Amino acid sequence: MGESKDGVKGKRVVFVTVGTTCFDALVKVVDSQEVKDELLRRGYTNLLIQMGRGSYLPTKSSGDDGSLAVDYFTFSSSIADHLRSASLVISHAGSGSIFETLQLGKPLIVVVNEDLMDNHQSELAEKLAERRHLYCARPPTLCQTIASMDLKSLVPYSPGDATPVAKLINRWFSIHHFSDWHAIATAKSAQLVRKYDQPFILSGDNKEWKSLLRPLMID
Amino acid sequence: MEKNSSRSFSNFSLGITCLIAFITIILVRVVYVIYRTGKPLNRRSPPQALATLIVLGSGGHTAEMINLLLVLQKDRFTPRFYIAAATDNMSLQKARVLETSWADSQSGVKGISAGFMQIYRSREVGQSYVTSVWTTLVATVHALWLMIKIRPQVVLCNDPGTCFPLCVIAFIFKVVGIRWSSIFYVESIARVKRLSLSGLLLYKLQIADQFFVQWPQLQRKYPRAHYVGCLM
Repeated sequence: MGESKDGVKGKRVVFVTVGTTCFDALVKVVDSQEVKDELLRRGYTNLLIQMGRGSYLPTKSSGDDGSLAVDYFTFSSSIADHLRSASLVISHAGSGSIFETLQLGKPLIVVVNEDLMDNHQSELAEKLAERRHLYCARPPTLCQTIASMDLKSLVPYSPGDATPVAKLINRWFSIHHFSDWHAIATAKSAQLVRKYDQPFILSGDNKEWKSLLRPLMID
Repeated sequence: MEKNSSRSFSNFSLGITCLIAFITIILVRVVYVIYRTGKPLNRRSPPQALATLIVLGSGGHTAEMINLLLVLQKDRFTPRFYIAAATDNMSLQKARVLETSWADSQSGVKGISAGFMQIYRSREVGQSYVTSVWTTLVATVHALWLMIKIRPQVVLCNDPGTCFPLCVIAFIFKVVGIRWSSIFYVESIARVKRLSLSGLLLYKLQIADQFFVQWPQLQRKYPRAHYVGCLM
């Protein structure tokens, strides 16, 4: 940690966010000595927790004694500034938080809330982890993930594109026959599979992808 | 005595016949609407302006919808009406900011030609299914009132909770002949392997004219859906 002339230390902030949810399990595990020690070991200096509707209150710490500086708040109208000034983001699995962080190019660990009844959110986190855009963990495995993560190996996320669906919606009103529509939409889908998903054929489950691609590909 | 009872009996059987005829007409009409759903409208020339209803969901859903609206042909899909859940304060605000920025960039146009409305939510996250029955009914009546005012020709939605009553009402409008609309449903980016409950219903009941998914596994599982890549 370097100190410049005007006394500003090299701050490395870990920002934890649970969005508008209640995710006490994450706040608790992040506030645990184990995780705080691991973050310190990995070179982070500050821990800022956005705890949302949770009831567990972390312990604040100024970090003057060389330990991790800890602070928290409940909500903020926009977490964009906190995300921008963070060196590492630990987030719940909400798609809004995930994509806001990825679009800012910040390293991200997504922690899946095991207490949620219908946990479809974990599908998105696992999919993006599979594509190495982020790390995916559960509260019990967070410490291990922090210890073993290699942030340089993360693949930057390219922003999505709403133009295909906008064009299809527009086309809908100019087409007269269903067969024309079906041909156009199918061709578009095949083009997108080739563009976005084909690169993962070799790294993913070959059988699944091949069966996926066969009906969608046109020669 | 016998004359009275035979007259009341013939009245009764007449009533039953009318009821059966009415129900049959409705069923035939419903079958016709389902048959025509998902098929283009057969217009001679592309339409000039379509009243568009945009249903906004919470958080991530609104961000996806805004991404879509940014690339949508604005002069075709106008006037635009935004509906968000009553408990969601951020979504309508974001929509207002978007519409204002569009109005500002268009000189000489009189103000914003968009409407912003709030609707009671059928079910909050974590709400028990028992109380959800009542809140869904209330939401449906409120939705009916809003839909009668708007009578959209296009419905754009991607949020499971808020849009379901509105899509069902749009379907009923088609059956009854109040307004034929084209319903486009974009399943959320968070749905990778399974559809949301409302998405599944809109797909299976063939209420949505076009059903878009953001991950290819879903198109494999639901062949009538179209994979359009990630919006975010």
